[in-house]
Order: sequence, then C-alpha cells, then structure tokens
Amino acid sequence: MDTDIGALTTVFTEFYYWVTVALMFLIHVGFCVYEVGASRHKNHLHTLMKNTMLIPLVTVTWFFFGWWIYWAFPNGPFITGGIEWEAAAPYAPWGESMGPRLDDRITGVFWAAFLLFAWTAASIVSGAVIERIRSFAFWLFAIMIGSVTWSIDAAWGWHYGGWMVQILGYHDAYASGVIHGIAGGCALGVLVVLGPRLGKFAADGTPRDILPHNPWLVCVGLFLIYTGFWGFYVACNVPVIDPGGIDGQITGATFTATTIYLTPTTLSAITVNFLMSLAGGLLVGYMVSKGDAFWTYSGGLAGIITASAGNDLYHPIQAMIIGGVGTALMYKLHFWVERTFKIDDAVGAVAVHGYAGFIGLVIAGFVLWGHPSSPYEGYAAINPLGNFLGAIIMFWGLGFIPAFILAKILSAMNLLRIPKEVELLGLDFASEQDKENARQEMVAAENELIAKF
Amino acid sequence: MSTTPIDSWAVDLANVTAIYPFVGTEFILAIVGIALWIVWHIWQIGFENRAFKDEVDKYGSPENMRKVIDE
Repeated sequence: MDTDIGALTTVFTEFYYWVTVALMFLIHVGFCVYEVGASRHKNHLHTLMKNTMLIPLVTVTWFFFGWWIYWAFPNGPFITGGIEWEAAAPYAPWGESMGPRLDDRITGVFWAAFLLFAWTAASIVSGAVIERIRSFAFWLFAIMIGSVTWSIDAAWGWHYGGWMVQILGYHDAYASGVIHGIAGGCALGVLVVLGPRLGKFAADGTPRDILPHNPWLVCVGLFLIYTGFWGFYVACNVPVIDPGGIDGQITGATFTATTIYLTPTTLSAITVNFLMSLAGGLLVGYMVSKGDAFWTYSGGLAGIITASAGNDLYHPIQAMIIGGVGTALMYKLHFWVERTFKIDDAVGAVAVHGYAGFIGLVIAGFVLWGHPSSPYEGYAAINPLGNFLGAIIMFWGLGFIPAFILAKILSAMNLLRIPKEVELLGLDFASEQDKENARQEMVAAENELIAKF
Repeated sequence: MSTTPIDSWAVDLANVTAIYPFVGTEFILAIVGIALWIVWHIWQIGFENRAFKDEVDKYGSPENMRKVIDE
C-alpha cells in the first residue's frame, strides 16, 4: 500500500472479492427459493430452515478449520510434500491473518469468497435430500463437504501448487469438479443410504412424480442461482497481478487477470463463455425436456457447469456446444439412474451438478490437451487422463465415498432419516397445528369480546 | 490505555498490524468458539429428537394420519 500502483492493486482486489461475495449470496437465496418451491407444502418451512442453517454452521467451521485445510494440504499431504504447516499457520483460527489488520487487506475477502463456494457445495446436496433427512444429519454433511472435503479438493486441484495440478495437469478453472462434481457425488452417496421419499416408487419400481408445490418458485430460484453465478465466476479469478508476483516463467511487465492456477485469462473471456454455455444448456435443456420449465432452467445451469472447467480458454462456440452436450447427457443419466437404481434425487442435483461437472472435466481434458496447466516449470500439461482421474477423485473419491460412510454411520445410529409418521404428516405439521390452535383460540377470544357488546 | 494495540493514530500506517482488541487471546477465543459450536449441535440433536417424539406421540396414530392425508 506504500506505492500508488500497490495501493490501487490492493484496494481493487479487496473490493473485487467483496463484490463477488455479495453477488454469491444470491446463489444461496436461489437455492432456498428453489428448494422451498420443490418441496411439498407440508414440508416447505422446514426445508427452508434446513438450507438456511447451513449458512452459520459452514461459516463457523470454515473459520475454525476449513480455511486452514486449504492452505495446509496442497501436497496431499505426502504426495508432493508434507503438510504445509508454515504456510497454513496464519490461517488457523488463532492465526495472525484471521483478525482485522492493516498489513493484510486481502485475506478476509478471499476467505469469504471461498466460504461462499463452500455454502454452494453444501446447498447443492441440500436439495437432493429434502423431505426425509434429519436436519442434524444434513448439517453434518454440510460441514463435511463445506469445510472439509471441498477444502481438501480445492487444495489438491484448485490451488496454484496443488498436487493434482502439478502431477495430473488437472484443469478446472471455474469448478466443474471442485464444487459441482464433488457436491453431486456427495448427494449421491447420501441418497443411496437415505433412500427415496415414501411413495416415490410404485411396487413394480416405476417412479412417481412428486410434484413441487410451486413450480414457478423453483424456476425463480434457478434464475437467482444464474445471477449469483456471476459472482462465483469472477471470484475464481485473481483480478490483476504483476508477472513478478507470479514468479513463474511469464516474461515482461504486463499485468493480467489469472485463474486460481495463476494462468492468464481475461474477464471478457469468462463473461462471454458463461453466457454462451448458459445459452447452449438452455437450448438443449428445452429440446430434450420438450419445453419443461424445470429441466430447461436446470439445463442452463448444467450448460454453465459443464463448460466451467475450461471456460477461461474455450472459444464461445465451443463453450456453447460443450454446455449443450453436458446438458443432454446429464438429463438422460438422471432418468436412467432413477429408474435403474431407484434413486430419488428430488431436484436433479446429482445430474445437474455431479454428472455435468464430471462430463465437463472429461471434455476439458480433451479440448485443452497440451495447454500449460500452470505458469510454473515442471507441471504436467492439461491432458485427458489427468482430468478424467481428477473427475473420479472429485465425484467418487471426495464426494461419494465420505458421504456414503457418514450416511451409513448415521443410519446405524438412527440419526439419518426422520420417523415415517413425521414424513407422512409433513415436517411442518406439528408447528402448523400449534399455529392453527393459537389462531382458533384467538378467534374464540375475539368472539367472546364481541358477545359482550 | 486501549484494549487494541492502538493508543493514537499519530503513526505511520505502514507500521500498523492488528487493530482488534485483546491481541494475544486468539487461541482462547478459538477454543471458546469451537466449544460453542459443538454445544449447539448437542442441543440441536436433543431438540430435534424431542420434537419428533412429541409429534409422533401426539399426531402419529394411523387414524389421525389418514385424516390429515385425506384433508
């Protein structure tokens, strides 16, 4: 802050990340609106609270250990080195960078941007499991993915020194895998143990439609997620950096925006590609679902998610086509998995986030084959095998498996699923009944007063 | 005397670091924060279990559920 350019760069970067945080709040508003719309009326307030309360829980745990994990584990540990004790020390909850200080103006906003990604990951899981999971159990899954597994995957594959970037050439600039893939895998791991909502499947295994109580609200929620997604995208970039600050192989003195890997890109590139992949997803979503509003909106989201791994580099028409391909495949996979394995994913989260994210990583490995994954020397270039292995690590290794294990433990303790009676009556039934009793009592009191006139 | 490390702003800002009160208590604050978080979960699991039990006891008879679903 003691030179003009240093001050400008610092203040701009601080403000830039702050804006992304405010925008990303809309993702959470969108998820809440969408989930409440998708639930049946008898469950809608409980559904809202289940999602809302992940905000404080992931926030405090992200402060207590999530952020430290990100800085401590880029080497695995024990793959490319040990635990980064020294580098991570300032980010422990008692670390020197965690309180307000004038010599570090960036850590707080950077912490918050990563936290909003963590909320998103947890919120993706939330929609899939509505109307039958215990809040206690869901919040443990939210903390697990939001403050542990996403943080590990980001350290491995979304960090300029992450071992997956170094060894595999893993490239996932806007989080197809590190947020969407892992969240889809986590949701599937929970769903396999949790089971479908009562009545979802007929005796012969045919799935029944459990209709949302407000389809319009569902679509508005998805629209809000698109809006918040702008913040998510720009938060994945470093807005301006001097090549000297990268300390890699880039020559000259031209400042640039970069991805999280410190590879140069531009805000224009990701803006156009975001819109073109959204367009590809919407066009194909409308086509494959024959104009169904929910799946068309979900297709738009899946389009962005599929193209996200490489949206720093794709040509806009490539982004559009890739978005469309991912949308068609995730749509078909959703219904195939539902019929074949009797998986009741209430909002299609595994498909829209998990399958589209996985497919997006695989496509990026082929389309960006040979492009440097990092400005540093000695890193593997982007390649199909590296991104395919990365997709498996994200979806299955850090998404599905930990969720499946935790779900099994909670199920064995009878802490995973709500009682059948409560599921049939509805999670809001008792509180609605209490309110109705209070209302009737008030009406009786008023009638008594009127009778005295 | 100040609870923060700043007694006066007649300083070169380049030399200012932390500005929050009680610098040096961060570890204790972290322990307190983590304890409060865990206590919240313990309270919540008890609250949720009691709420479900009450609902099942009060409204969970087959006749009542049939009536509610028919409505």
